[in-house]
Amino acid sequence: MSAEQKKSGTPQPTIEYRKILSDGLWGNNAGLVQLLGLCPLLAVTTTTINGLGLGLATTLTLIISNLMVSSIRNIITKEIRIPVFVLIIACTVTGIELAMNAWFHELFLVLGIFIPLIVTNCAIIGRAESFASRNSLLPSLVDAIGMGIGFTLILMFLGGIRELFGFGTLFAQSDLMFGQAAEWMTITLVEDYRGFLLAILPPGAFIGLGLIIAAKNRIDQRVGTVLIGAEEEPATATQTA
Amino acid sequence: MSKRDPDLLLQSAPLLKQGLSVPTAMRDVLLALMPALFAGFWFFGLSAILVVAATILGAMATEWLFTPKQERAVALGDGSALLTGLLLGMTLPPALPLWMAWLGGVVAIGLGKTIWGGLGNNLFNPAIVGRAFLLGTFPIAMTTWHVAAGPDSFFQLHPSTLALPFMQSPPMDGMSAATPLGLMKFEQIDSPIFSLMFGNSSGSLGETSGVLLMVGGLYLLLRRALEWRIPLAIFISAGLFTLLLETIDPARFPGIHFTIFSGGMMLGAIYMATDPVTSPVTPKGAWIFGCGIGVLVVLIRNFGGLPEGILYAILLMNAATPLINRYTQPRVFGRSRS
Repeated sequence: MSAEQKKSGTPQPTIEYRKILSDGLWGNNAGLVQLLGLCPLLAVTTTTINGLGLGLATTLTLIISNLMVSSIRNIITKEIRIPVFVLIIACTVTGIELAMNAWFHELFLVLGIFIPLIVTNCAIIGRAESFASRNSLLPSLVDAIGMGIGFTLILMFLGGIRELFGFGTLFAQSDLMFGQAAEWMTITLVEDYRGFLLAILPPGAFIGLGLIIAAKNRIDQRVGTVLIGAEEEPATATQTA
Repeated sequence: MSKRDPDLLLQSAPLLKQGLSVPTAMRDVLLALMPALFAGFWFFGLSAILVVAATILGAMATEWLFTPKQERAVALGDGSALLTGLLLGMTLPPALPLWMAWLGGVVAIGLGKTIWGGLGNNLFNPAIVGRAFLLGTFPIAMTTWHVAAGPDSFFQLHPSTLALPFMQSPPMDGMSAATPLGLMKFEQIDSPIFSLMFGNSSGSLGETSGVLLMVGGLYLLLRRALEWRIPLAIFISAGLFTLLLETIDPARFPGIHFTIFSGGMMLGAIYMATDPVTSPVTPKGAWIFGCGIGVLVVLIRNFGGLPEGILYAILLMNAATPLINRYTQPRVFGRSRS
C-alpha cells in the first residue's frame, strides 16, 4: 500500500527497494506475519538443511513466477488472471522439481511431496496477485528475492531450533545439498544425544513457530516504542529532498 | 454448610452463597488424592516420592516465574500449581528420570496454563498437557514400567531416577515389568482384579490403586466439590461400550472390570476430566463430555496403537468443551425455543 502511494507521488526508487526488501525479510515476512505457506513451513523443517533446500526452491519459484507475471501483467485480462498465475507457477515448480530430482536427488527424496506442493504455497500466488501483477519488472524481482529469502531464513531458523533440540546437531546431512565436501558443516553439540523427540514431531513445529512469532512481536514492540520518532524522520527528509 | 444467624447484614443478592473458593476447592482435591498417593509411595518407594516432588517443584517454579511480583502470593497460595504438579506426578512411571519429571511440571504450567492467560483460561487440563508432552518427548522413559516392589525395597532408588539430562540413561535394572494394560494389549493376558483394585501392579505411580482413588472421589462427592455426572458418564459409557465389544468377541476384548480399574481410568475420570476449568458448565454438557471420553477411551485402547487412551480422550473432549458449552446453553426463561 505505502509503496503504491509513494509511487504515485514523487518516485523514490532507492527508498522503495529498501522498503520492499525489508518488508519481505521482516515487516511482512511470509512465514511470520502473513502466515502463508505454513504447510511446508511446519512439515519439512525437521533439520536446517531441509529448511534451506525447500526455502531455496521456493525462492527460485517466487523469482521466476514474479518476473513472468510482472512482464505479462498488461496483456492478461483481470477475469482470467488467477488461472494464468496458477499455470505459470505450476510450470515453474514442475521445472524446479525435475531439476532438483536431477541434481539434488538425495535432498529431493527427503523433501518428497513438498517440492511439488510448492505450487500450493499461498505465499507465491499471494505475491503474484498482490505485487507482481501491479508493479514493473525490477520491483517484482526485488520483492521475490526479499520474500523468498525471508521465508528461507524462517525455514532455516525453525529447522535449526528443531534440529538442535531433537537431534543435538546443526547442519546435519549438509552433503545432501552441497556434496561430500560439505560434511565439515555438521556441528554435533552433544554426542549420543537423547533429546526431545517432540521437537521433531509435528507439535514441535507448531510450538516452535508460535514461540518465534511471539518473539518477533515482542521485538517489534520493544523496537516500536523506541523508534516511533526515528521512523518518521527519514520519511520527511526524503520528501523534502 | 451451617447458616449463621445474621444479626444485621445488609447485602444484595445472591444472599445464599456456597463458601467455595479456589483454595478450598484445591485443598479438597489435594486431600482426596492423599490415600492413593501414599499407596503409590508404599508400592513404588523413594523414587516415586522424588518424581512427585520434582513435578511439583517444576510446576511451582514456573508459576512463580510467570506471575507478576504482586500476584505471586495469591497465585502460588491457591494451590492450583501444587495440584497440577501432584496430578502430573501421579500419572508418571515411578522410575522416570527426575529432570524429565521436573520438565514435565514446567511444561504443564508453562504451555498448559500461563500461556493461555493463567488459571481459568486454559483450554486443556495442564497436568495432561504435561504428560502428553513427556509421552511425546521421551517415549522410552515414559513407557518403562517397574513392578510394585512394596515396602521391602523402599529406599532402593532406581538407577534411572538420577540420570543426567540429555545423556543416555543407565541400563535398565531387572525389575521392569509390563503394565496390565500392556499385557492385555500385546499379549492378551488378563490381570487379577485384586491387584488392579488395590494397586500392587506395575503402572504409573498414583494410578494403580483404583479403590483408594474412589475413596477420594467419594470424599469429594460428600464435599460437593465434584461434578459427579462426568465420572459417572465416563464409567457408564465405557462400560456399555466394553460390554458390547465383549459380547462380540470375548477372547479379544477385556471385560468391564478391567476397563474401569486398569490404567489411568480412575484418576482421569474422577480428578482430571472433572477439572472445572476445562469441562462443560451445564449438566447436559457434562453428560455429553463424559460419554465422549468413555467411548474414546475404549476406542483408543482396543483399536488404537497405544495401550492407554484416557490421556488423549480427555484432551480431545477438552478441545470440544467450548462447543459443548455453546450447544447446551440453557434457554433463557420466557424466550422462545428457536
